[in-house]
Amino acid sequence: MTTMTKQELQHMIAQRVAKELQGPMSVNLGIGIPTLVAEYMEDDDIYLHTENGLLGVTDVEEEDIDPNLVNAGKLPVGEAVGAAYFNSSESFAMIRGGHVDAAILGALQVDERGVIANWAVPGKNIMGVGGAMDLLVGAKKVYVTMTHTSKDGSPKLLKECTYPITSTRSVDMIFTELAVFEVTENKQLRLVELMPGAIIEEVREKTEAAFIE
Amino acid sequence: MTKRKQSAAEALECVKSGDTILVGGFGLIGAPLTLIDELTQKDVDGLTIVSNNLGESGKGLGILLNQGKIKKGIGSYFTSNRDVGDKYQAGEIELELLPQGTLAESIRAGGAGLGGYYTTTGAGTDLAKGKEEREIDGVTYVLEKAIRGDVALIRAHKADTLGNLVYYKTARNFNPLMATAAKTVIVEVDEIVEPGELNPEEVVTPHLFVDAIIEAKQVLTKEGVVTV
Repeated sequence: MTTMTKQELQHMIAQRVAKELQGPMSVNLGIGIPTLVAEYMEDDDIYLHTENGLLGVTDVEEEDIDPNLVNAGKLPVGEAVGAAYFNSSESFAMIRGGHVDAAILGALQVDERGVIANWAVPGKNIMGVGGAMDLLVGAKKVYVTMTHTSKDGSPKLLKECTYPITSTRSVDMIFTELAVFEVTENKQLRLVELMPGAIIEEVREKTEAAFIE
Repeated sequence: MTKRKQSAAEALECVKSGDTILVGGFGLIGAPLTLIDELTQKDVDGLTIVSNNLGESGKGLGILLNQGKIKKGIGSYFTSNRDVGDKYQAGEIELELLPQGTLAESIRAGGAGLGGYYTTTGAGTDLAKGKEEREIDGVTYVLEKAIRGDVALIRAHKADTLGNLVYYKTARNFNPLMATAAKTVIVEVDEIVEPGELNPEEVVTPHLFVDAIIEAKQVLTKEGVVTV
């Protein structure tokens, strides 16, 4: 595990999440590891939604970059066959209204009921929330990708979030470089699998939240 | 009748100090850069700016910010311009942060003659503090008020001289909503055509929403913002 670079770990997580996606479905990808998921989707019947107004996001060759065609991370993207553009309120009607099948998001912290914090850090000015809260309340499934611990090694899967929560809704699954968890119907974390190279002792040691093994 | 104006200065004559101005765009994408540039040259201050972001550092609305003309910003993602944090820290600007979908829907509601609406977004979080929460059919919602402006500055792709508008790719974003929600709506476009030249089936903003049209002189390209 220690031999993998940060980038390799991120790709490993992205590749694992991609396995959960089976078309036909619409998926919204957040910034960071979630963006990488697109590289590993095997089903052609998955339609990527970006909240700045496009259903049918695809990658773009350098020479075809259009400055007015970007994703929510303001990165240049392409327009897939069958794509559609819409305004911001329609885009969030799709999200809040439960029409987007899955959202894949990053998180700073996750508590043992699957409630996440991913938009603000205490003690710093709160400057941005973007579409995070809308996706949390509206997407049919929410999958979280994150490194298992913070840079200083402290657990991100906690009993209670110490950062402001994004929504009272529990997410559906959590993917880290060590493990995959699902949130059960009665809002408990359950370990679904260990990632390649991970051992249960390490997961226990680096997870503060209670989870079912 | 034509709503075409000869210059951005002529189009912006109605703007005065203390106005609430809705400004389209997702960062610089779909932002009315020519009108913003003109606004930076106008002697107005104490503005409330409603826009997803306050531009980028030293670009777009970021220039207006650095000039100290913005009293308050209402948006969803100020993080894209580091200067906003500095101004806020220094107590030089008020900020109202809304979830992006709430920002969009509040403007839509403003344009549609509604006073507000209940949304699930933000319920139980810090952004709902001080707002009415209400249970409807077992679900907790937050009351959000509609947003209206004195002026809206819009970026579209094409307009006819009546003011019918079509947009371009993800430069559409907040623009069609803001076009409905201000007393005076000013649009900049790549091309102005005669009535009849736009396909009525493809018009996104019907002309009754629009008051003035100019041709864009500052446009976003791969190389950044350029003057054409």
